[in-house]
Amino acid sequence: MNEELFISGREVPHIDPYLNIWHWPIGLYLFLGGLAAGILFFSSLYTILGREKELPTAVKWATFVVPVALVLGLLALFVDLKHQLYFWRLYTTIRLESPMSWGAWTLMAITPLSFIWAAGYLREAFPSWDWKFEILKKFENWVQNNRLPLAWIMVVLAVILGIYTGILLSAFNARPLWNTSLLGPLFLVSGLSTGAATIMWMSKNELEQSLFRRLDLLLIVIELFFIVHLFMGFLAGSEVKIEAAKLFLGGQFTVSFWVFVVLIGLVLPAILEILEMRGKKIPVSIPALCILFGGLMFRLIMIEAGQITRYLY
Amino acid sequence: MASRRDFIKISSLGFGGMALGLTACDLFKQTGAALKGGASVFSRVPTYCEVCFWKCAAWAYQNKEGTLVKLEGIENDPHCHGRLCPRGTGGLGMYEDSDRLMTPLIRVTENGQQTYRPASWEEAFDLIERKWKETINTYGPESMALFKHGSSGDHFGTLFKALGSPYSTSPSYAQCRGPREVGFYTTFGSYINSPEPTDIRDTRCLVLIGSHIGENMHNGQVQEMADAIDKGADIITVDPRFSTAASKSTHWLPIKPATDLALLLAWIHVIIEEGWYDKEYVERHTVGFEQLKRHVRNMTPEWAYGITTIKPEQIRETARVMANASPAVIVHPGRHVVWYGDDTQRTRAIAILNALLGSWGRRGGFYFPESKSLPSMEHPPYPKPRWSWDMVMGDKYPLAGSSVSNALVDASIPGMVDEQYRIRSWMVSGTNLPETMPDKQQFLKAVEALDFIVVVDTMPMEITGYADVVLPECTYLERYDSLRSSPGREPSVALRAPAAEPKGDSKPASWMAKELGKRMGLDDFFPYEDYSEVLDWQLKQLGTSLEAMKKVGVKNYERENPYLYMPEGVDWPFNTPSGKIELYSSTLKQYGFDPMPNYVEHPQAPEGFYRLIYGRAPAHTFSRTSNNPYLSDLMKENALWVNPKVAKLWGLEKGQKIWLKNQDDVVSSFPIKVRVTERIRWDSVYMVHGFGHQRKELTRAYGRGASDTEMITNVMVDPIMGGTGMRGNFVTFILEDPKEIG
Amino acid sequence: MRYAMAIDTKKCVGCGDCVVACQIENNVPTGYCRDWVTESVVGTYPQLELELRSERCNHCENAPCVRCCPTGASHIVEGGVVLVTPEMCIGCGACIESCPYDARYSHPDGHVDKCTFCIHRVREGKQPACVSVCPTKCMYFGDLDDPNSEITQLLEKRKWKVLAPEAGTKPHVYYLI
Repeated sequence: MNEELFISGREVPHIDPYLNIWHWPIGLYLFLGGLAAGILFFSSLYTILGREKELPTAVKWATFVVPVALVLGLLALFVDLKHQLYFWRLYTTIRLESPMSWGAWTLMAITPLSFIWAAGYLREAFPSWDWKFEILKKFENWVQNNRLPLAWIMVVLAVILGIYTGILLSAFNARPLWNTSLLGPLFLVSGLSTGAATIMWMSKNELEQSLFRRLDLLLIVIELFFIVHLFMGFLAGSEVKIEAAKLFLGGQFTVSFWVFVVLIGLVLPAILEILEMRGKKIPVSIPALCILFGGLMFRLIMIEAGQITRYLY
Repeated sequence: MASRRDFIKISSLGFGGMALGLTACDLFKQTGAALKGGASVFSRVPTYCEVCFWKCAAWAYQNKEGTLVKLEGIENDPHCHGRLCPRGTGGLGMYEDSDRLMTPLIRVTENGQQTYRPASWEEAFDLIERKWKETINTYGPESMALFKHGSSGDHFGTLFKALGSPYSTSPSYAQCRGPREVGFYTTFGSYINSPEPTDIRDTRCLVLIGSHIGENMHNGQVQEMADAIDKGADIITVDPRFSTAASKSTHWLPIKPATDLALLLAWIHVIIEEGWYDKEYVERHTVGFEQLKRHVRNMTPEWAYGITTIKPEQIRETARVMANASPAVIVHPGRHVVWYGDDTQRTRAIAILNALLGSWGRRGGFYFPESKSLPSMEHPPYPKPRWSWDMVMGDKYPLAGSSVSNALVDASIPGMVDEQYRIRSWMVSGTNLPETMPDKQQFLKAVEALDFIVVVDTMPMEITGYADVVLPECTYLERYDSLRSSPGREPSVALRAPAAEPKGDSKPASWMAKELGKRMGLDDFFPYEDYSEVLDWQLKQLGTSLEAMKKVGVKNYERENPYLYMPEGVDWPFNTPSGKIELYSSTLKQYGFDPMPNYVEHPQAPEGFYRLIYGRAPAHTFSRTSNNPYLSDLMKENALWVNPKVAKLWGLEKGQKIWLKNQDDVVSSFPIKVRVTERIRWDSVYMVHGFGHQRKELTRAYGRGASDTEMITNVMVDPIMGGTGMRGNFVTFILEDPKEIG
Repeated sequence: MRYAMAIDTKKCVGCGDCVVACQIENNVPTGYCRDWVTESVVGTYPQLELELRSERCNHCENAPCVRCCPTGASHIVEGGVVLVTPEMCIGCGACIESCPYDARYSHPDGHVDKCTFCIHRVREGKQPACVSVCPTKCMYFGDLDDPNSEITQLLEKRKWKVLAPEAGTKPHVYYLI
């Protein structure tokens, strides 16, 4: 029998016996960030492709969700900071090697952009809306005239944001569960999928719904494929990776992961969407909610589980 | 009345002066913390550590505001060489501890309940004076006993001698190292004393019999053992547990518990039979070699194998290693050696082995220590007690070199001694008797029968709950004390000066002893207003002064006796009846004991029970440090070491809380967490001594871990010197809370 | 100049003096620690091996904590010592997540805290507090770029290891084995 223990009474809060520095707000933040990235990605993509007429929800209405999601996400991030009064320090430097810094700056850029983008469509949604000030009206005009260049900027930022939510975790070499190159794409795809689900849910347009249903199905298949590969990679890896995988293969996260994330969050909506395509009537909110729930659970579980995994020495 | 002396929990007070005292202390602690940090040192005062008996000299550093911020060893101190151990470094916590006693307490009965009320020193002394005078007038001063440990004991020792009491005892003798003192004295005519004169730093082979240097953080020895490891010395450790020392050893002998004497005798047999002993040394310095040779003729390694489970070739091999290193070899006498009641004989065997290897008085073996004798100020002669402890005990323990604390407990119980000799009144200073003395029932009987108990302590330890009067002592960092003059390679003297004002209403023992002396009409024995006057006078006799010593802390002197080691080719005089090293002890023979050690079988654990082995952790000194904020942070509780095989049998898991029950059906008050580890034999369990405190006012220590002392009810008393053998206790596990089972 | 520490596991008895000294020197709040002692036991009774290690921030050459810090609060100073500036730290926890040694903690004041190699002492020509008190003298601190330093020579002479080398952090705390 081998034994490894602290003999100097080490019981540091939030570190021992398991790391627990990041809590649910980080998971929520990543979820909302991914969701926002997904919606903005589709919105700007279809703007660039010139399909705003056919896909009004994707291009216009769903983007109203984004500023709210980003502000809530930032609030969640802020809640989990331990030295909150120094928050502004994020914006006194740019650190190219730090995903956190990338994220902070990306959010700094994309949050106002998302406000501007949504504002451009505000009067279209609420015709009685009045901007009151002349300068705002002028600005609205400018936005409406420059949607295409803005969409180009936004698509790039949305991709960075989507990747960032995955990279943030996978950059941590010290946490074997997170430290895999598959996690970035997986989070990106999952973010796109939650974005697509939101659009699908909000859409009143049959063509748009069916497009995003198909898109969603494709993203779910990719996600499942990534998840299988993720575990294959872990099991073929070093001892710490195998230990990490075991958390989900019989360990404490087995039920929550396979039931909430895979079954409810991926398999069930996929089945419902296939049924829908075969002509069965399924309320669109059910698969959409499942996907959103699965996406949130996925991040919460990854945050929690990843912190338990560590190097052995 | 159910009990005359209820155990009072000081926390039940929770108001009045006590509470105020604590609050003030808490505030103090917080401001102290804000100013803390070793980086802020400004001035320093010398002291020597009181956290254990090693007494390392240290600098107590203060910041600009005069707050005590850290302790560091004094570079030229032979006890620590500038490096304190964790307890010494954390000694600061003794001072900062918010649970300290801050005011005198007097036992009163309120609404039929016994409790303490905060009192002034005046009131406390009035009561003590009245009670003591009553006792002395009725029964004589011979009915008063002092139990002491540490420096404050010196001052009360003087008081008790002046009163005419014959009893001044420390549990460190009969509950700890007494047997080795007698074992070595009967062999070499010399005690081991403290610190041990073991020349570990220059040894080529160190043999440890159950001695866990490294876990017992006897600073100088640990340092020298590290030096010896650096120099590539062989270390042979005999222990049923894979101790830290065992892990550093070149040879670990995982012996079956309670069989060490057989191994020692087999080693003696091999070394004699193979002719590996130091022939010239044995011839010149010893008597009884032929008798010894005959005595051990049949005690072969094969014989010992059946007893100890140590393979014969391993016994021969290790004997060979020792012989190769001879005379630079140390078979360590151990320190806490009260195990099975034949401990004097076991340490005798250790002494004999050292004699055969020629290590006594040789470089890398045992050196001849020297200490500076301290001049004492003139005082009237002490009155001669009409009787003394040896008379009370009759012909029990004829070779006890010091009064035996457990015998004094016995002598306080009606029926255990002739009524006229019975002890009626105790003063207990700096020793937590209920956690120190095995067999708590005896202790409780004595406490019940006594007329009066005064307890002096810095902390609300268990013993304070039995007192009629509790006197709060300030810590070693807040007082002057006697000079430290201890034996070593070179004589050295160290000063303890106060580095902070006493907190609350706490006072130094020197002041208490003097004030009590005054009230008992013994002023002449305490010729000082402040103890610093005595120190200054003594230091001036030694060619320095208090002022000068405050600047250096430690003063090392040239040896007066040039012989650190024995000169070669000279007949060295030994202080034994024969003047030689007695392999065959005429003294033991004379008192009717075996003149040469014999192996006696001790009981092994009954089915379902495991031998309780206890020991030390480097972070703690017995039970006295478990509430220290720094040290409790380092180690909050003890764990029960259980072999994985045993754990599997019982379905025990790491961290599981279980209760212990011993062979006499005593159940532990608190649960203890299981540590499943290969480091312990399957027939034994191990726990660190000093946990499982019963007093809630020890806020960091209360209920943390379990007390080994509580489980020690079978005491095997050494007939030679009264040592209380404590390793013959066996425990089993209770998996459910026994209070709930009912 | 590259500061490093070498710790002789053959001599360490795991007493924890390094931990207490650090707490007092650096005013580490109760319940937290910048250094700690690990015991590892391998084998089956009686074929056993025990290793005691005083552990702390490894002041990695390739420090993930410094890389992931979004504000530059975690930074490297002279001798490769990794420090945290409390006034720049936002307490995001990224560096804590990034450390394979769990050597950092969130100070009750909010910022992240960790071992500094007692740089305030080192700058005064003293040894770090943990090294200076160690009763077994099992800890060595010095400059790896100085070929005559005790630590350089020990690392040449003795077998050593670092913790989690596979994490690629290039630690500056060495364990003599």
